[in-house]
Amino acid sequence: MSAAAAAPALAVLLARGQFGFTIAFHILFPAFSIGLASYLAVLEVLWLITGREAYMAAFRYWLKIFSVGFAMGVVSGLVMAYEIGANWSGYSFKAGPILGPLLAWETLTAFFLEAGFLGIMIFGLERVGKKLHMFATSMVAIGTLISATWILMANSWMQTPVGFAIGKNGEFVPTDWLAICFNPSFPFRWVHMVIAAYMSVAFVVGAVGAFHLLRDRRNEVARLMFSMAMWMAALGMPVQILAGDAQGRNTLEYQPAKIAAMEGDFTTQAGQPLVLFGLPNVAKARNDYEIAIPKIGSMILTHSLDGSVKGLDAFPKKDWPAVFVTFWAFRVMVGMGMLMFLLGLVSLWLRFRRRLFDTPLFHRAAMVMGPAGFICILAGWTTTETGRQPWTVYGVLRTADSVAPVTVHMLLFSCILIVAIYTVVFGAGIRYLLAMMANPPSLSEAPPANDPPQRTQGITPGPAGGEGKRHETRPGGTFGVPAE
Amino acid sequence: MMSLISGHPILPVIWACIMAFVILAYVTLDGFDLGVGMLFPVAPDPHDRDVMVNTIAPVWDGNETWLVLGGSGLYGAFPAAYSVILPSIYPLVILMLMGLIFRGVAFEFRFRAIEAQRHWWDWSFFGGSVIAAFCQGAILGALIQGTKVVNFQFAGGSFDWLTPFTIFCGFAVVLGYALLGASWLLWRTTGTLHAKMQRHTFILGIVMLAMLAIVSLWTGLLNANFMHRWFAWPGILASAAAPILSVVLAVIFFRGLAHDHAGEHDRVPFFCALGWFVLGFLGLGYSIFPMIVPPSLDIWQAASVHSSQVFLLVGAVVMIPLILGYNAMSYYIFRGKIEPGAHYH
Repeated sequence: MSAAAAAPALAVLLARGQFGFTIAFHILFPAFSIGLASYLAVLEVLWLITGREAYMAAFRYWLKIFSVGFAMGVVSGLVMAYEIGANWSGYSFKAGPILGPLLAWETLTAFFLEAGFLGIMIFGLERVGKKLHMFATSMVAIGTLISATWILMANSWMQTPVGFAIGKNGEFVPTDWLAICFNPSFPFRWVHMVIAAYMSVAFVVGAVGAFHLLRDRRNEVARLMFSMAMWMAALGMPVQILAGDAQGRNTLEYQPAKIAAMEGDFTTQAGQPLVLFGLPNVAKARNDYEIAIPKIGSMILTHSLDGSVKGLDAFPKKDWPAVFVTFWAFRVMVGMGMLMFLLGLVSLWLRFRRRLFDTPLFHRAAMVMGPAGFICILAGWTTTETGRQPWTVYGVLRTADSVAPVTVHMLLFSCILIVAIYTVVFGAGIRYLLAMMANPPSLSEAPPANDPPQRTQGITPGPAGGEGKRHETRPGGTFGVPAE
Repeated sequence: MMSLISGHPILPVIWACIMAFVILAYVTLDGFDLGVGMLFPVAPDPHDRDVMVNTIAPVWDGNETWLVLGGSGLYGAFPAAYSVILPSIYPLVILMLMGLIFRGVAFEFRFRAIEAQRHWWDWSFFGGSVIAAFCQGAILGALIQGTKVVNFQFAGGSFDWLTPFTIFCGFAVVLGYALLGASWLLWRTTGTLHAKMQRHTFILGIVMLAMLAIVSLWTGLLNANFMHRWFAWPGILASAAAPILSVVLAVIFFRGLAHDHAGEHDRVPFFCALGWFVLGFLGLGYSIFPMIVPPSLDIWQAASVHSSQVFLLVGAVVMIPLILGYNAMSYYIFRGKIEPGAHYH
């Protein structure tokens, strides 16, 4: 066995806590980028087709916010790329032959694409033509989706590992890359996560639109944002609920212990109840203060009232996930999701009544629901990751055998440093984001503040001379004179 | 050279070359970004600072992505090396990442903060750049120095890396990046900032040459077998090329600097400085090959299984030329000198 097998429990706990903290912080930014990049691409296309200035104003408004969020995603993601090796070398050595290439493919196909075209997207509005700019925006949006694809392949493989053999040093040897990439849970997770990112951004855009509608109901750009966001919520949430249900049934098939923990089912039975409330008590193997509806649990999972669903008693106790956290994280996600679905429904009804822009109470509700999508993402990932315990690679590699031979002191040092720095830096960043969102959007939306100056090739004497300062026309003609 | 690899599978050798290219790409590209951050203290004027940041704002993210590829590529092609190296230099990695966080967000936050808070992010930009560069140098020093490995796991102590040599390497890389930053700004700015950078490039150029010489000698003294490889016949023909070419570059460098007005020659010192980095890096590669974690793991021991290396090679061969293509496009679009007087809000 590796040296990691002897890792003290505290080291495992610190490494897990650190990973949980850094990945939770990180995932918010990529999710925001995935949704927002697609939204920006849609806005730019609509602007190119219709020429309507409100689209361009909304584009510029969200572009500034995108650039700040993206920067935070880049630096927090860099941490992830190195943390796996630093804190989890037992895991990274054994799973390296499979996960390493997947993560490297992600860098090669997604990160460079995003980074390469991001500069043009943010700074190039005045420098390149409309078509090239549109192309750059699309490339960034596609890059975010490619990134989601590889990372979900990697995570799904950890949940439902296939297509490998065990090598001479205990490492996983890939035998079938196609099976690894398109492992049984990957399609479900991909759909669920991408929609989640879209919904999160829709609710943020909706909240910002609502905030400004409360101040000025006639603000054309705010109306546009709000309307688009509410369409997205109304149409997307039902699809997301179906996608979640499909993923749940996939999990039942491949990770029944996780489902048992999510549902709070301690005993195997036909016609499992749906536990609405309870405090899972692992010691006594039951839920304290349980409130449940008979048979509905089986109905949801097996689509039959008397379907048999395994409880935790079907598994040895040492293979149980973290029941309490899994159970409650799942309920937070589902509860929030239902509220989001409801908001979408109400928006449809108001739209039908022609009162979408004239119902302040609804605008307040939309504002309060702004972070709902992010809460769902965090709760959902907590559900699936704590539900995967005690394994890093499901059923094959235990978390306790995955940590690095790093001392507890070192782990403690890095935990304290990371928590402190993340709190300061990303706390400030989120504050800036909120401050930007508090600025009312207007039709004369200015370009991003740190726009580099115009090209100045011709200023310098020398061979490059002769090329005078070109007149650059701004896309869409006049977009307000920048404030000095 | 060929005798070293005859009888061994070729794929890990190809991957070693790709990884060397990736790390070199990172050092040369992000090196000047970090260097620009380090030069903030010598340019206290806020307008100058804005210009400095704007010379790299559109490209820094693409440059830093090479570091992500360094990590994920090493993980993909040589997982054993990745799993050994990172725990062995644990505190340096954590500090480097924290430095890069402070410097990366400062690009955006500087322009978002209220005037009173702005200097905090200027400090963050400067401090983050220095810390990240220092850690990278120290990591390089720690690798040259050697890492204790038992059964594919790091088996040393938490502070094995901490020696005068690694600290010196840290400072050497800080000053080397500062030179890259200064010569980049010399190329991309005008006016007083340009004149200022001319001075700094000159001083830092002399310092860099001294550092290069000291690190080379010290490396040789640390490792008798490096020394042996350098001075053994006919290897000496190859190893003599590095110092000779460095001197040639130095001549071109100082001649390129000796102009009073801005012009085409402004880019010469920057490319000479890059040349020194490339030569130093090739020299290092030549010294340690075929080791990847000297003195414990060679590239064949650390290599991932064959099918993983093949699977990833497809990606590298197809994507890296493409990546270089659109990175170059970005540099082309944002070419030319950056003038002060952009409109900020």
